[in-house]
Amino acid sequence: MVKRTVYAVAAIMVALLLICGCTGTTTDPTPVEKQQLRIATTTSLYDTKLLDHITPIFEEKYNAEVLVVSAGTGKALEYGQRGDVDIMMVHDRAREDTFIADGYGIDRRVFAYNYFVLVGPESDPAGVKAMAPEAAFTAIREKGMAGENVVFVSRGDASGTHSKEKAIWKAAGFNYSADVQGSGDWYQEAGTGMGATLTMTNEKEAYTLSDIGTYLAYKGDLKLVTLVDEGDILLNVYSVMQINPEKFPETNSTIAKDWINFLISDDIQKEIGSFGVDKYGQPLFYAAQNDWEKIGVAEAEVKNPVA
Amino acid sequence: MYEIVEGFLEAIRLIVTLDPDVMAIAVRSIIISLTATIIASLIAIPLGAAINFGTFPGRKSLINLIQTLYSLPTVIVGLLIFLLISRVGPFGFMRLLFTPTAMIVAQTVLILPIMTGLTISALSGIDPVIRDTLRSLGATRLQFLTNILKEARFAILATVAVGFGRAISEVGAAILVGGNIAASSFASSTRVLTTAISLETSMGNISQSIALGIVLFAIALGVNLAITTVQHR
Repeated sequence: MVKRTVYAVAAIMVALLLICGCTGTTTDPTPVEKQQLRIATTTSLYDTKLLDHITPIFEEKYNAEVLVVSAGTGKALEYGQRGDVDIMMVHDRAREDTFIADGYGIDRRVFAYNYFVLVGPESDPAGVKAMAPEAAFTAIREKGMAGENVVFVSRGDASGTHSKEKAIWKAAGFNYSADVQGSGDWYQEAGTGMGATLTMTNEKEAYTLSDIGTYLAYKGDLKLVTLVDEGDILLNVYSVMQINPEKFPETNSTIAKDWINFLISDDIQKEIGSFGVDKYGQPLFYAAQNDWEKIGVAEAEVKNPVA
Repeated sequence: MYEIVEGFLEAIRLIVTLDPDVMAIAVRSIIISLTATIIASLIAIPLGAAINFGTFPGRKSLINLIQTLYSLPTVIVGLLIFLLISRVGPFGFMRLLFTPTAMIVAQTVLILPIMTGLTISALSGIDPVIRDTLRSLGATRLQFLTNILKEARFAILATVAVGFGRAISEVGAAILVGGNIAASSFASSTRVLTTAISLETSMGNISQSIALGIVLFAIALGVNLAITTVQHR
């Protein structure tokens, strides 16, 4: 009786191991020899489902398989540094610059941009509607520390959005670690992705900084409204770059370059620029193709294909 | 309240229509967790038997250590495995990161301590009379172990149930070493029920989350039904 069970279990085990042996590793050459491209991207980009929209086009054209891991910008760059992904798609120019200077990233191209927005409850207890971003942040902090019912939820996760938030605090004249972080219950760090942060902000009827893409994608589920959406500092530029094949020779650099060129190609730039219009009434992103001056980058970075 | 009800209804709809995404994620979860449980059982049960019936210096400390490992946070296991199989890590050449294989490894490592420890508990609860009877009947070492395991089969199978439960409900390590990838092919994706629930919840898709939760529970029910049937034979 137990013998039969043992044989049954053993049979199942062998069967499963066979299945797993065929499905587990990714380095087995498959009959259709598909190349794999690993991309690390930020939650701000991933949650909008732009990638879900354009990767099938790429997969078909290049007979490849695109694997996307979504994490904060900090984590995405970390994956790149460790050679665990081939491509990074992030939105923090300062950190990208360091990444490239350290020799980890090459062939950066800018493929899209949009704007961050300060969202909050319709009642707007801090009265920041239509203020400049720096002034709005100052007002929120002032009212928050005075104990009025004003709360700001930060990403708190070293993401691109978090970096932008810190930049605004700095521009408003505050020292982040001394005057903002941990300065009171008015400032709460979510430590999570943009979507989850928005959900939390919604629950708390608080303020937060969000990229327009994720906000629009979630708007139907939120009671938050856009209060501040104008100001140069709110510009949000998305770049793509591949990891340096010199640091990680086994990386599939060819398909990585194909992906970069794919993103800046005319057809896909059009796709990016029109993504979300039918669903949200406005595009979630702007194509970078013709706006390099507006976003302050070199023309080569938006136009020139990677060799 | 309305949201929860709506969630349940959507859940039923997704399950009844065999929604392909949900089914793929469910099958993947079963494969990964079952494999991990089986591998861990093959290691933990003999190991537990060896520790229980062995006499060696430091035996008590070892058992102590194993029980302490019950409290090992899953995300730490995930982090350790991540560091080992990351491309710059010692096993980076195996290119295991962000694959289902990595998730199997992580889950196996995760449930090993608890399965080993519970096996030891199960075996130490065997009536000493039975042990002595076996020995006095002249059982070889292998016969001894086989029969002891037969005697303890209820508790041992309970251990397997615990191991499976722990493996399939794992989120932290699964996300760290798997990456929660939804690729176009079944074999390259690493999204399982728990990581999908995490993602859908953070994206506010409550009905999808509830559906996945119900599927996970149904799977757990099915597997444990099978185990219980064997237990009581």
